[in-house]
Amino acid sequence: MAETNLTSEVANTEELGLVTQARSGDGTAFSDLVRRYERKIYRLAKNITQHDEDAEDVLQETFLKAYEHLPDFQGNSKFYTWLVRIAVNEALMKLRKRKTDRTVPLDEPVDTGEETVVREIAVWDEDPERQFSQEELSQILNDAVQSLKPAFRTVFVLRDIEELSTEETAQAMNISIPAVKSRLLRARLQLREKLTRFFKRKGDDVFAYL
Amino acid sequence: MLTCKEFLQELNEFLDETADQELRERLMTHVSECPNCFVIFDTTRKTLRVYKGLEAQEIPDDVHKRLMELIAKRCKCSGASGGGA
Ligand SMILES: [Zn+2]
Repeated sequence: MAETNLTSEVANTEELGLVTQARSGDGTAFSDLVRRYERKIYRLAKNITQHDEDAEDVLQETFLKAYEHLPDFQGNSKFYTWLVRIAVNEALMKLRKRKTDRTVPLDEPVDTGEETVVREIAVWDEDPERQFSQEELSQILNDAVQSLKPAFRTVFVLRDIEELSTEETAQAMNISIPAVKSRLLRARLQLREKLTRFFKRKGDDVFAYL
Repeated sequence: MLTCKEFLQELNEFLDETADQELRERLMTHVSECPNCFVIFDTTRKTLRVYKGLEAQEIPDDVHKRLMELIAKRCKCSGASGGGA
């Protein structure tokens, strides 16, 4: 099965040491853990909430909760995965609060009837990203992610940006593995379609397809 | 021969290289014979590549600073920042 090799065995052991130290009240150990993951947690929070202030709140809440719940950390999963689970929870709560008029069905099955409808097929350049500056590119990619529904966006962010496994994503979002898979497929296909506008080879015709 | 619809259903397994040998061969056969599905496969693969290549931006200085201060305060960690508990 696909394993996320974010950290090697050795780094894992070292990290477990830090967690143990932090748990026994060693502040330096905990702030080492914070420094290690703050960037990724902030990116994750921003990608899910799409909001600067919310992302900062999520970042802070995540680490405060992690500290508070350190005694509950079993060491069965990686510390980072555990942290991500807290962060995803916080981020989803923010999203729900923002959308009080329309509840976001994040943990309910999403209609998957038309999940594989592809409308646009066009060949892309070999390295389409090279035609844009780093700034333009991140704008394009962010806009595309932002346009996804939260339920799809969150799965895509966890699987393809944070590189969590399908199982870890399912755990973090509290949804089933088949739900992760079908949402991921839909998210990927939607992004592909949105990016086609920017990345297709010039001069090619775009034709319709079922 | 897989239909295009079946191919799309298995696209994740193909992209993530989690398909077993037999399925993988059927998927390969399909893309080699179906130009549309080849384009979908290729552009989705590139989609993932550009996202994975996007570098994580640095956390803004003020955001980092506020986080460390908060942690120092709430967690009484003397080592978290300049201020002790
Ligand atoms: Zn086909």
